[in-house]
Amino acid sequence: MSASIEVRDLTLRYGPVTAVDGLSFNLEAGKIHGLLGRNGSGKTSLLSVVSAFRKATSGEVRIDGEPVWENPRATRKVCFIRGPGDTVAGDWPSDKISDALEFASDHRPDWDPEYAAKLIDRFGLDPKAHIGKLSQGQRSAVGVILGLAGRCPVTIFDESYLGMDAPSRYVFYEELLADYLAHPRTVVLSTHLIEEVSRLFEEVVIIDRGRLLLQDKVEDLRSRGASVTGPADAVDRFAEGLSVLSSRQLGSTRSVTTYGELGDDRLRQARAAGLEIGPITLQDLFVHLTDTERLPV
Amino acid sequence: MFDDRSPIYRQIADQIRTQILTGALKPEDQVMSTTQYAEFYRINPATAAKAFQQLVDEKVIYKRRGVGMFVSPNARDLLQAEFRKRFFTDVVDPVVTGARNIGIPISDVIARISELAARDNGSPETTKEDNR
Repeated sequence: MSASIEVRDLTLRYGPVTAVDGLSFNLEAGKIHGLLGRNGSGKTSLLSVVSAFRKATSGEVRIDGEPVWENPRATRKVCFIRGPGDTVAGDWPSDKISDALEFASDHRPDWDPEYAAKLIDRFGLDPKAHIGKLSQGQRSAVGVILGLAGRCPVTIFDESYLGMDAPSRYVFYEELLADYLAHPRTVVLSTHLIEEVSRLFEEVVIIDRGRLLLQDKVEDLRSRGASVTGPADAVDRFAEGLSVLSSRQLGSTRSVTTYGELGDDRLRQARAAGLEIGPITLQDLFVHLTDTERLPV
Repeated sequence: MFDDRSPIYRQIADQIRTQILTGALKPEDQVMSTTQYAEFYRINPATAAKAFQQLVDEKVIYKRRGVGMFVSPNARDLLQAEFRKRFFTDVVDPVVTGARNIGIPISDVIARISELAARDNGSPETTKEDNR
């Protein structure tokens, strides 16, 4: 089970601060979407409205075509895991992990208790431990378990790796992919650790200052970025008609990062001209795209 | 597992091409599913699907509805023809450029190739075996 997310002209203001500024995009059902943006770009604000944790100032969010705000039919389909923990009702922080799981099993129709138990094991947690006494990484793990075992049609992880050590994060990524393959659903991952997770993404949404910078299939996006190195004049000729995101020079050698479609002919000519062409990582592309003031053409 | 020099889907496609060229994958063999690829390499299944689509477009593999992807009967011929087409631009031309850069006369390169060809003529069996 999976559901689509539709964001229409969404604006969210906190007093004088505009966190989300007229955002519109669709997230197709059944895919893993990456949500990227710099600090303060509005990711958490956006996701809070998507999950109906917050009311939009204007515009709306629809889950499977239905408005999500104050609509239990829609909110039932959404699970929002916000950073480490924060998912347990009741008298936090005295709750135990087992209480959190029980609470989730009462409220999540597709909750899988056996899978939750397996994850508790994989993350090396003690179900009797009090959540308030866990480390930040362990609390993140609890959040991840609630998100994965809940099997919600829309599952959102907002920096749910905070404080986790590398082995725990790899368990998270591995389990997320395996469980997604076995039980396809719509997943939204908001992260700053782009290199670690970019392989899991099918599509990527990049927001900047509350606005949509771009949305694309991750492989298409990657194929549009290139690093080109060689004699300065040859590099400049190659880069003509492409957006140049960054440029560095060492003597007569220039290295540029370009953004734009590279046809096979162009690549062949470039190699013949002795230029070295390499792909750039999604993380580098993200850094360059959010660094420039203008949108790439 | 993958280097960063080219997109993952291209590396998967290259891997399958190599398996077909070396005979590890034979005509009508089933190719691993996108799910299996995704699990094994820990990548989004759409990335694996993109590699498959490239090979389907090149008619190297084909889809049997509801069953999976299979190696085309003439996949190896297609790939060999494709590699032959690119051989001169991808392999020979850089050799000529390289030789020129360091001042080796082209005639020396040709002489070397002739020498290797003469040596290889002594073992025609291997060549035949390779082309099977």
